[in-house]
Amino acid sequence: MKTVLDERIETALEDARLQAVLEQLAFRFATARNQAAADLPNWEELRTQAHAIKRHTIENLSTYLQQLEARVRERGGTVYWADDAAQACSYVVELARARGVKLAVKSKSMVTEEIELNHALGRAGIEAVETDLGEYIIQLAGEKPSHIVAPAVHKSRAQIADLFEKKLGLPHTEDVAKLTATARAVLRQKFLAAGMGITGANFAIAESGSIVLMENEGNIRFSSSAPKIHVAVVGVEKVIPRMADLAVFLPLLARSATGQKLGSYVSILSGARRPGEPDGPEVFHLVLLDNGRTRMLADPVAQPEGSPRRPTLRRQTLYCIRCGACLNVCPVYRKIGGHAYPWVYSGPIGAILTPQMLGFPMAPKLPFASSLCGACRDVCPVKIPIPEMLLLLRSLETESMPGGRWLERTGFRLWAWAMRQPWLYRLGGRAARFIPARLLAAAGPLAWWRKTRELPVFPGESFRDWWRERRAPPAGMTTGRRP
Amino acid sequence: MAIPARVSLFITCIVDQFFPQVGIAMVEVLERCGLQVGFPEGQTCCGQPAFNTGYRKEARRVARGWLEAFHGSEAIVAPSGSCVAFVRQQFPELFHDSPAELDEATRLAARTWELTEFLVSVLGREDVGAVYEGAIGYHESCHLLRELRISRQPRALLKNVRGLELRELDLAQECCGFGGTFSVKFPELSAAMADEKLRSAARAGAETLVACDMSCLMHLDGRARRLGLPLRCLHIAQILAGTSAGTAGRAGA
Repeated sequence: MKTVLDERIETALEDARLQAVLEQLAFRFATARNQAAADLPNWEELRTQAHAIKRHTIENLSTYLQQLEARVRERGGTVYWADDAAQACSYVVELARARGVKLAVKSKSMVTEEIELNHALGRAGIEAVETDLGEYIIQLAGEKPSHIVAPAVHKSRAQIADLFEKKLGLPHTEDVAKLTATARAVLRQKFLAAGMGITGANFAIAESGSIVLMENEGNIRFSSSAPKIHVAVVGVEKVIPRMADLAVFLPLLARSATGQKLGSYVSILSGARRPGEPDGPEVFHLVLLDNGRTRMLADPVAQPEGSPRRPTLRRQTLYCIRCGACLNVCPVYRKIGGHAYPWVYSGPIGAILTPQMLGFPMAPKLPFASSLCGACRDVCPVKIPIPEMLLLLRSLETESMPGGRWLERTGFRLWAWAMRQPWLYRLGGRAARFIPARLLAAAGPLAWWRKTRELPVFPGESFRDWWRERRAPPAGMTTGRRP
Repeated sequence: MAIPARVSLFITCIVDQFFPQVGIAMVEVLERCGLQVGFPEGQTCCGQPAFNTGYRKEARRVARGWLEAFHGSEAIVAPSGSCVAFVRQQFPELFHDSPAELDEATRLAARTWELTEFLVSVLGREDVGAVYEGAIGYHESCHLLRELRISRQPRALLKNVRGLELRELDLAQECCGFGGTFSVKFPELSAAMADEKLRSAARAGAETLVACDMSCLMHLDGRARRLGLPLRCLHIAQILAGTSAGTAGRAGA
């Protein structure tokens, strides 16, 4: 009965320090985002455009991916198509081995967290160092990111001070400047010594074969330009058709993620160093990762254009630009934090990504862990209808396990049958008034309700009984009988 | 749309079984506005609980009953944003492959209104002559706010209630944590979310919490009583039905 999710939620709710951190973070981010969105008079128009571009691209994904591949190759880059995490990891590991790389520096990248690239490199004896400060902190702590944009957001300053003392030998200090300077000094040596730089990408531009990276720390630019080899691991859904589309996506991403007008650094990288250029890597490899993404593309529920049904609901998961805005406004995420989720993707987007990419058995109950409040849909810069998708996943999950939850299924079948017999519904309602509440609440949904709340007081009669007894319906108002 | 002379009450199963006083208050308000009020007795539930728990076939069966019950209605008014949102947004999804039912669902959805929306946007009434003495906080229920985009109407009505002092909640638009079967599948998490709302009401100095959805209020009231808080929860219809001090929420309270 109790799933891992239930246990993790329990742990998170009891963790007072985590609760305090989450409350602060979420409101800080959400407020900054709201301010930044309000500052742009054409915000809603941008969202509509972004949705349209994403939709067009995903509906024509193979065309744009092939164009991207051709352009990257023209510029001397190498493109590798990875079906899954294992293929992507072994490609990067083999590349490092072949080039004699002992140390790789990494930028923060959800996709490399997804494929657990650091573990793969580590197993092959190659040190991979995270260079984003937050990501570096969780790497030192041996944890996973708890937020798409702010990976170490669950850590307090005191915890980070302890960590730096233990792992880096820094005398205990909670002075942010000192902590940052220490990380910077350590990382600088790594940048200079690394044989390989590994990044993700916010966008990959099909028409030019460029990858686009936005950041605030400069570590991505360093990782992608100092080492001799630059490898970008990119999910196939990150492709956009044109350079001009950045005019839509960059402001949306920056403002949605952190409330900034733009990240401090935006790098548009089009291949390795060319003759005459003073810096940059000698070789560039682009790993295009599927890992379950095309399963969403092959959505069996997809409907042809013009269908009255909203088309391609599941495909819209692929529109996500990983800004994290849905996490910050989610009342569930704000209570349980990122580590309660079964996989690296947390919050509302995690709740729709994880079951689709890993399968329902890997994310039990996850689509149900939402009050369907709709706040995520309202902030999503590409207008992904997350609540509708959660509802769809709930129905697909129930269909996928005909044997599971038989009690609930039987209950709903009986309930649906009874609801179609108004006389039975009326009688049932009357009868229930004679059953003591304690007995009703002995088991099942009412018992779960009473775990944390009181039951409503059952009134003496229902509205319909009041109506029938006290209100003689005026002539012609006995509406609603079957025509 | 033309102002209808007659309205059919879509009373919602939770109000019918647990909070008849809300339905009674709604009758009072609508009749005070000069409308003829009817109650199609074939109605039970709209099917939302099954739909939101993943049982679409079962939801569709129940929704079909709703279509039959309201077939002859001119205007349909409900004391719930969530149930109206379900009829308007999800019925098309539910009947997408059945053209005749889809047409009927679309036709009826276009004449289905949430109570405050009906009063303000259809009837043009922002003042229904209500009196209520006390400081209240208004909770914006999620489906009302983010599915139906109704926020101005209930506030306009509350502003015109004599004696009523509206204390703004800093978290007025945050989810209360009810979420239908979410509330029983994740009772602790659901309660933790309720506590945020209850703390916000306390910070605002609200003695009474008012909303347009009884399901949220049932959850918040149940949590407040469990914690021993003095907070009272009332549906907006109960406030609007009061015509002299102390009569609000009288029926069944």
